[in-house]
Amino acid sequence: MARRKIREFDAKNLIARQLNLEYKAVLITPETKIQELPSLYPWLLREKLVIKPDQLFGKRKQYNLVLAEVSFDEVLRFLEQHRNKLISLGKATDTLTHFLLEPFIPHQEEYYLAIISERDSDIIYFSEVGGFNIEERWNTVKTIKIPSGVNIEEVDFAIIPQHHIPFFKNLYKLYRSFHFTYLEINPFAVSNNNHQIHLLDCVAQVDDCPKLWSDFDFPIPFGQKVYPEEQFIRKLDAESGASLKLTVLNPQGRIWNILSGGGASIIFLDTIANLGRQEEIANYGEYSGNPTTEESYLYAKTILELVTKEYHPRGKVLIIGGAIANFTDVEKTFMGIIQALREYQEKLHWGKVSIFVRRGGPNYEKGLKLMEQAGKEIGIPMLVQGPDTPMVDIVDKAMEVIT
Amino acid sequence: MNFTKTTQAIFYNLKAFPIQQMLDFDYVCQRTLPSIAAIVHPGRNGVHKAFFGAKEITLPVYESFAEAAEKHPQADVLINFASFRSAFTSSKEALSFPSIKTAVIVAEGVPERETKELIALAQKEKKMVIGPSTVGGIAAGSFRIGGYAGGGMENLLRARLYRPGSVGLVSKSGGMMNELFNILARATDGIKEGIAIGGDLYPGSTLLDHMLRFEADLDIKLIVGLGELGGRQEYEIIEAKKTGKLTKPILMWVTGTCASLFPWEVQFGHAGAKAGKEEESAAAKNKALREAGILVPASFEDLEKTLAHQYQHLVQQGIIIPAPESQRPSLPLDFDIALKRGLIRKATHFTTTISSDIGEEPTYGTIPVSAIIKQNYSLGEVIGLLWFKKSLPPYFSKFLELCLVLCADHGPAVSGAHNAIVAARAGKDVISALCSGLLTIGPRFGGAIDDASRYFKDAVDKNISPEQFVEEMKQKRILIPGIGHLVKSKRNPDKRVELLKDFARKNLPNTEYLNYALKVEKITTQKAENLILNVDGCLGALFVDALVSCGQFNAEEINEMIEIGYMNGLFGLARSIGLIGHILDQKRLKEPLYRHPTEDIFYRLE
Repeated sequence: MARRKIREFDAKNLIARQLNLEYKAVLITPETKIQELPSLYPWLLREKLVIKPDQLFGKRKQYNLVLAEVSFDEVLRFLEQHRNKLISLGKATDTLTHFLLEPFIPHQEEYYLAIISERDSDIIYFSEVGGFNIEERWNTVKTIKIPSGVNIEEVDFAIIPQHHIPFFKNLYKLYRSFHFTYLEINPFAVSNNNHQIHLLDCVAQVDDCPKLWSDFDFPIPFGQKVYPEEQFIRKLDAESGASLKLTVLNPQGRIWNILSGGGASIIFLDTIANLGRQEEIANYGEYSGNPTTEESYLYAKTILELVTKEYHPRGKVLIIGGAIANFTDVEKTFMGIIQALREYQEKLHWGKVSIFVRRGGPNYEKGLKLMEQAGKEIGIPMLVQGPDTPMVDIVDKAMEVIT
Repeated sequence: MNFTKTTQAIFYNLKAFPIQQMLDFDYVCQRTLPSIAAIVHPGRNGVHKAFFGAKEITLPVYESFAEAAEKHPQADVLINFASFRSAFTSSKEALSFPSIKTAVIVAEGVPERETKELIALAQKEKKMVIGPSTVGGIAAGSFRIGGYAGGGMENLLRARLYRPGSVGLVSKSGGMMNELFNILARATDGIKEGIAIGGDLYPGSTLLDHMLRFEADLDIKLIVGLGELGGRQEYEIIEAKKTGKLTKPILMWVTGTCASLFPWEVQFGHAGAKAGKEEESAAAKNKALREAGILVPASFEDLEKTLAHQYQHLVQQGIIIPAPESQRPSLPLDFDIALKRGLIRKATHFTTTISSDIGEEPTYGTIPVSAIIKQNYSLGEVIGLLWFKKSLPPYFSKFLELCLVLCADHGPAVSGAHNAIVAARAGKDVISALCSGLLTIGPRFGGAIDDASRYFKDAVDKNISPEQFVEEMKQKRILIPGIGHLVKSKRNPDKRVELLKDFARKNLPNTEYLNYALKVEKITTQKAENLILNVDGCLGALFVDALVSCGQFNAEEINEMIEIGYMNGLFGLARSIGLIGHILDQKRLKEPLYRHPTEDIFYRLE
């Protein structure tokens, strides 16, 4: 399954709980009432604190977004300065909404630790001089390569200092059983006060396999906007045996897509981009695995709603494209799409939408015929092509309309 | 590991459709041996029936994989259709048998860690895993790996997959397989073998694994690969090319060149389709492949042209000698498909006019059940739809409900309840005991309503005066149905009848037949106090009144309804409520088997 990042807060909590480590922290979310925090967590006023954004992006120190060893008053000022503020990091622009607030842990040495998953093994990295800019001291990093299927008890942890071995062993056990695919703790340290291990900074990625993480609400990567339509499709996808995906890339774009198949959908977008029209691509998405007529209808309807939300004087195109399906029933899925098209008939006219269709697979003849008929009845410009025409031929035709 | 005309698989998790698709492929490839030796399905033993051409065959079904593997040692492929929950354990078990050399895992959503373990196991045992999340593949002319790749028969034939070509195809995307089969059929002599490795980041076998198999296959002269952004598999191919492990001409395209244009990392449809690092991007991989001397088209659109060019080149060099085309085979059409396409017709054996279960949801008449719930249809209105095929006026449906309420029960002593109780006490189940009770309903028990309707209707329609009617019945020695009561009389009227009369006068537009029945009663009560119009007679007369006055039925329809026993049906429905009550009551009380006391029987033997 896909690898997904989780928040530092969630990763640290999970690790601390499973490994019996001492850990306390507050995740500040858009709902958090900052003024009430000290009464809920009295340690905030007693201890020195660390605050940083927790939104799945790295290099926070370089961006000057980490404040360490400060009082709660300073935290308040930091939040005032950054919370709900729009910032640009690299190509992405988004609002800072989530912050991790922790006690500052006085310590001496900082250690580096990472676990990565390769195809045939997991690799543990360790350095006794961790912290900021570890890349510059990469020669100090030692590795343990653990081939897949090897029992943890048989793993040789000799390169790790003796007193840290139980921690590494338990951490690696957790890494496996919770389907982590990447974990970097840079640094972890032993506190001056009680000699306990503390994770100071943590980046984690898990395999979103439904076996374990099906109920987990994965955070949205920084810079990615979330549309209610996407959330609706995500829910539909979760409840369905088929696959239904939707990502809105540019709601002002004039090229909209109802594509089928994980592979073919990428090729359609590649072709549009290759013709230099990437800035007009409005959405990515795909349906596959033989969705029902009802699911196809809901999927298409959701996209049509987006297509017809905004008016563009020069009109828009909708590409209903796919390869020659293995087992998705073209007639059945097209019936759902047609139902949605009929429902949006007036809006499609108003929005000057032209439709370009290409599909093959089980019952395609009937499916394409129904689509052609519907196009005529609805009275919108529509081009329908079947398996005998190269797959992305319609993209060329569609781009002629986008002027 | 090669797939040939004699390769056989054990199919895990009985899925009739892909099984049939594998067997259909066998047939058009003129295999004599079905490609599936056995099916393993937990909790099931026996056989599975399927077509082999026009003939039906049976495939053995086993509960345990061990039994299947033992009885079919020649089957060396596992086609695993288990869900993502059990795909790992079932594949691992299958790979533990020496006879199984290849495991094909279809499920999507298998955890990466579990796949990694299967990869390690396969490497150790020198076996091959295809998938997870794959549609499988096709060895043209010999073996269909999984039953989905290649699509429907129409496409299999169009792409000429029933006979081998010279191209080895491997693709990350399964959904693109058919498209590629077609492109290859147009631009070359088609595939010898095509494999979809699945869209996960770490598939069981990689693009390179299969390219190395193609390299070793003497019939394959050209290797075609479709990669995807994310992961580093394409670099392994470059490495193999550089070290001389791959020498045959290779044409490759990596999809996902659009990804770099988006402001954040887009997770495409495939789990592995996400480029975190620049070198994993489609553009970087295409560039690296090109630099390594692998043929890379300018875009996916150009793939077909580049391919045709390369193929022609190989033909000119004499490396590929296209085989003459054999005759295109055909497969008998499935009955339901032929019917759907209008190619055949068949007279039906049943007709229905009251309800349907073939649409998106069941309907009563033409009204979907959900609308019936939403619009709060009453029980009487539902009976209206299913029995009368009409939306009856409110007083009519209310009348039907009154009948149900009034006739629901009449104590344990009447013959229906008595029979039901005796049967329940004999240990029979609810439905058997209910039937036993219902079987007593007929001319003597519960049938009077029907008869009352008939006689009163007949008399009124023929304009026979009540006096004349009573006289005629007397002469025919027929007791007037619906007249007479055991205990009630003119001075001690039946309350139920009073309520019914009151309801009718207030609600029915016309009570002509009830009026007639009451006139009859006036005459009969003069002869004996207890010859009153009873509940049955009152219901019977009112039923005719309701039918006539609602104006929705013509005379012929009304006569038919009375004739074929509508009121009898209504009585049976109503009394079932009471009968079931008695049966459940007896079961709760744990009453033992009933035996009638002998002293209550007059033994009179000659």
